[in-house]
Amino acid sequence: MEFSIKNIGYALLTIFIVLNYGLILQGIIRKIGARVGRRYGIRWYQPYIDIIKNYAKRSTITHGVMFYIAPVFRLSGGIGLLLFMPVIFGSEIFSNFSFAGDLVLVLYFQFFGILGMALGAAESGHPYSAIGVSRGLSQVTSFELPLTLGVIAIAMQYQTLNITEIVAAQQGGFLNWTVITNPFAAAAMLIAFLGAMGRSPFDVVLAPQEIPIGPPTEFHSGLLGVLQLNRAIFPVAKLILFMNLLFGGATNWFELIVKTFFIYMWSVFVGVVYPRFRVDQSVRWFLTVPLIIGIIAIILIRF
Amino acid sequence: MKEDFKKRTVISPDGKPIEIDPVKDYFSDAKPKVYKPAHPVIEKFANWARANSLWVLGFGTGCGAIEMRPLMTPRFDAYRYGIQWRPTPRQSSVFVISGYLSVKTLKRVVRTYEQMQNPKFVIALGSCTINGGMYWDSYNTINRLDHYLPVDVYVAGCMPRPESLLTGFEELKKIIKEGRGEGANKYAENFDWYKANQKKIIKDWDMPDYNW
Repeated sequence: MEFSIKNIGYALLTIFIVLNYGLILQGIIRKIGARVGRRYGIRWYQPYIDIIKNYAKRSTITHGVMFYIAPVFRLSGGIGLLLFMPVIFGSEIFSNFSFAGDLVLVLYFQFFGILGMALGAAESGHPYSAIGVSRGLSQVTSFELPLTLGVIAIAMQYQTLNITEIVAAQQGGFLNWTVITNPFAAAAMLIAFLGAMGRSPFDVVLAPQEIPIGPPTEFHSGLLGVLQLNRAIFPVAKLILFMNLLFGGATNWFELIVKTFFIYMWSVFVGVVYPRFRVDQSVRWFLTVPLIIGIIAIILIRF
Repeated sequence: MKEDFKKRTVISPDGKPIEIDPVKDYFSDAKPKVYKPAHPVIEKFANWARANSLWVLGFGTGCGAIEMRPLMTPRFDAYRYGIQWRPTPRQSSVFVISGYLSVKTLKRVVRTYEQMQNPKFVIALGSCTINGGMYWDSYNTINRLDHYLPVDVYVAGCMPRPESLLTGFEELKKIIKEGRGEGANKYAENFDWYKANQKKIIKDWDMPDYNW
């Protein structure tokens, strides 16, 4: 990978497009949710107004240094995940900083944000933040296992740790997609994906009606604005990761939007149907069925 | 003042005695500041955003709380006007005082109001917040809310219907867009007057004068 000043511009362009897509997606999903509940629902551009409003707040109070740094950690987790993989396959502009071992780095960035958040939420001193973070960390740790097993199976299948090469191997029709050629790895990863998105069966981290809002309880004004930006970028980055690994990537933005929208709807549908798991239930569940599917995937690839 | 909040000396794990003043250690006691509005052009844009993204603190203080819930349902659906419910005072910008305030609740209301960030707005729901309503001669409730907090909008009635509350929200939007929603600054400017009124009512004052 050769680096030039142009790459910075390309990276900013990617972030800009993904941010807008993430915000609009957020608005539309909430609108669909409202229509299912027979409400009119929010305006589709409401997430934009909320972010502007939060930045327009005049006062901010402090709980210490980590309290300020935590949202930045969280945002850099989302942006890091996004920038180290090819967003559009075969495009020089939107391949960003993808390199030979990016699959490993991307797995690390999945975990990065919540670690930063844990430090910041702990410093805020709010008991609900501490509960939220401990739940979040245990849940992330448990779904990381089937996810990693699936990723290792895919890496063994294609004999590479480079996402660009994995996408390249899946080109030429949907029969070449990993979800068809390696169904067990795909199943383990798609189940882990439900935990990664944090929607209904696994939303005990934020638990909106129970512990007010979990880790970000004390975050406000501009700090909350940064977290909201991340809440737009991070899910889209994860969607792009899963699209790249399982559904053959995308060669243009239209294909990307169609594919990521339907991958997102998978977690939305499951979330609408199933009620919330307690954290011990979700940990136990992730360590049974998805873990076994992941092990089967590894065994099938190896022999 | 409660026993827990008094100054005391404790022995730390490494054997040294340390002074603890819970009121000072747990809370900040800095006075609230007056924040000047920004340049009119920026402020106008910011006020538009503030008016269209009202985050309500869902804190049921009186019987009017039951009138707030229907706004989330399909029948009234306040979300389409940019009104959303937030679980914490830090993130919310509108405080709906839903009905009568007992002395005990007033204490919590003051703390919660002070934890909200500038600019913040207050909607007082029901006649009890205007003149005490049917509780005007009660031994345990306050009569007039704006002696204790700066109120932006009153919604009269006993109880007002959810439609009236929605009208109240629309009225609040107009006030914010015209740049008159400066309740937080008013509170900071007349801080001593508000505090004196609050302390007249709340006898067991075991918190600092300003919480944040």
